[in-house]
Amino acid sequence: MKRVTRFLWVAFLAIVLIGSLYAGGGKEEAKGAPKTIKLGAIYPLTGGIAVTGADCKSGVEMAIDIINNKYDIDFPFARTEGIPNLGGAKLEVVFADSRGDATQGMAEAERLITQDKIVAMVGGYQSAVVKTISVATERLRIPYVLSDATSPTLTERGFKYFFRVIPHDGIQAKNALDMIRDIEKKENVPLKKIALIWENTEWGSNVAVQVRKYAQDYGMTIVADIGYPNRTTDLTAEVMRIKASQPDVLIHPGYISDAILFVKTLKSMDVVPKVFVGMAAYVEPNFLQTLGNDGNYIFTRAVYGLDLAKAKPFIAKINELYKQKYGRDMSANAARSFTAPFVMADAINRAKSLDPDAIQKALMETNLPASAFISPYEGCKFDPVTHDNIYARSLYLQIQNQQYRVVWPFDLAPVPYQFPFKPWKER
Amino acid sequence: MFIQLVVSGLLLGCIYSLISMGLSLIWGVMGIVNFAHGAFVMLAMYAAYYGDQLLRIDPLLFTPVAILLLFFLGVLVYQIIIQYVVDGPYVSRLLATFGLGFFLINMAQFLWSPNFRTIKESMVHGVWKIGSVMIELPKLASSLGSILVAALVFLFIRKTRTGQAIQAISADKMGAALMGINLKRIAAFSFGLGIACAGAAGSLLATFYYIFPDVASLFGLIALVAVALGGFGSVEGAFLGALILGLVETLGGYYVDPNWKYALMFLIYLGIVLIRPQGLLGRGKV
Repeated sequence: MKRVTRFLWVAFLAIVLIGSLYAGGGKEEAKGAPKTIKLGAIYPLTGGIAVTGADCKSGVEMAIDIINNKYDIDFPFARTEGIPNLGGAKLEVVFADSRGDATQGMAEAERLITQDKIVAMVGGYQSAVVKTISVATERLRIPYVLSDATSPTLTERGFKYFFRVIPHDGIQAKNALDMIRDIEKKENVPLKKIALIWENTEWGSNVAVQVRKYAQDYGMTIVADIGYPNRTTDLTAEVMRIKASQPDVLIHPGYISDAILFVKTLKSMDVVPKVFVGMAAYVEPNFLQTLGNDGNYIFTRAVYGLDLAKAKPFIAKINELYKQKYGRDMSANAARSFTAPFVMADAINRAKSLDPDAIQKALMETNLPASAFISPYEGCKFDPVTHDNIYARSLYLQIQNQQYRVVWPFDLAPVPYQFPFKPWKER
Repeated sequence: MFIQLVVSGLLLGCIYSLISMGLSLIWGVMGIVNFAHGAFVMLAMYAAYYGDQLLRIDPLLFTPVAILLLFFLGVLVYQIIIQYVVDGPYVSRLLATFGLGFFLINMAQFLWSPNFRTIKESMVHGVWKIGSVMIELPKLASSLGSILVAALVFLFIRKTRTGQAIQAISADKMGAALMGINLKRIAAFSFGLGIACAGAAGSLLATFYYIFPDVASLFGLIALVAVALGGFGSVEGAFLGALILGLVETLGGYYVDPNWKYALMFLIYLGIVLIRPQGLLGRGKV
């Protein structure tokens, strides 16, 4: 009997506590015109690629800073404070940690929506995680603008509330092979044999699909096609396979820890392709800090490079601001994440409302010029079916003297590319 | 090519072996699966990193220091946490080490940021070429170091009184207590010793591997499989199990498909558990 009473007491207390939490939440909502607008952003802030997550987070924070405060830069929302059409309401981002895990990503998305009451979602890094986050936002009717993850399958699902600004892997893979073809023509050296090594989650395996597809169209042969579990402890077997296939070109979509391990293993096994294209991890500041000179000559895809400042002067100003805050140049990853909050802010501003359907409608009508992006995009307009940005395009950078330089497309490149890949011993 | 893969596999296996030996030792004496083992390896890696950065001591030479540091850390952790859960239900033992691992990894991220670090050039570096076989010298040095430490631990357990007490406890706890062995003290000591093995592994690993807070989680998991493969509580078995896993990882990765290399490792483990549940060198009952 005693135990029953005790149980009832505990249950009673729990109900009172939970009830008061909900009551508190309700009160806050009833305040009328919004002073702050809450956005959610989920990144891998702990775990194997935490360093990447932190970098992306800094890009989002920089964007929010520019939107919320006054800066003398020719950029949307820079000269005003907050969202003008909503009485200058400030944006606030609630960050959550996916730990790089798809299950966790979905759980955190649900928590942000139901408990933190976010009105929209931005960001997300790994495609596998974005896939589950977007399932939650779609189900709970939360507009989601993504400017980081690139797997084509994300926008093939016909979601209503999900939009993507960055070019997907199909375009980026095609661009990689375009660049290789351009180099082949210019140097008059055959670059037909491709070794492809990919991390085997959603993103890497889909990049591999795209590379295979375009390689066939371009008359190139895949001499090694190797998937590996991401976060592996060792890549010796994989590198031995590449070595045995004697490729001209090496293409590796990988995340940061694998990429560092991969380059180190290539070096110790003395594998030297003519062209080495890395994707994702290869644009991270920490990648280069860790590898130093061994990073040189690697090509990497990006949608940002400081070299673009020549064509778009505001890039230099934004980078200056970023440098003051974080003590380093803005990386390509931070720059990717920087974009989504502006597209979302623009939609909310035009919607003049926080209603998800009003924001969704405004997003459908998005029409931003090239001058609203620090990336080489010619603007932003979403495809009515897939919601991919029809004006998106990508760049290729090369690491030269431990600096990322834009080298492709040739007309945007301030410096020529360096060819061929220099043997490890001669560095 | 085959010889190259075998060599690489053995080198990898030697590194796994130290981590799994410590794990096996702890299990043998107190029946605790130490899920925080990888985190201790990570701490030792950071210790070696700062030894290199601040004191200019090469991680290879730093290894004895790392062993001592981690030994005392292990004893401390035993005093603060483990001794209170060691006689508790299985789940609380499990959760205690699990939580400890989480805590240590997140503490590392808080203190040292999630950035990747590497020791620029260890005193042993380069590649040794014998015919077409390439041996990475830093890995070779670490493997030799691992074998040396493993041999010392093995001798210690076989030849000293404390070592025999450890063996007695893993064989029969009650009997050992009745023979006048101080269970608490030996348990604290062997927990320290197990963590010290992780410390040696971490310091040796730091000579050629990158360092970040979550670096050793997968190493910890693989070590667990090695221990189960070799036989819970058998230190030699753990060593053997780790070598087998290293070979499976490189050979399987090359001849089967890298996608399936971990699946293959765990499949072999499952096979062993089904056919010989006590592990390769495990003692009779489970």
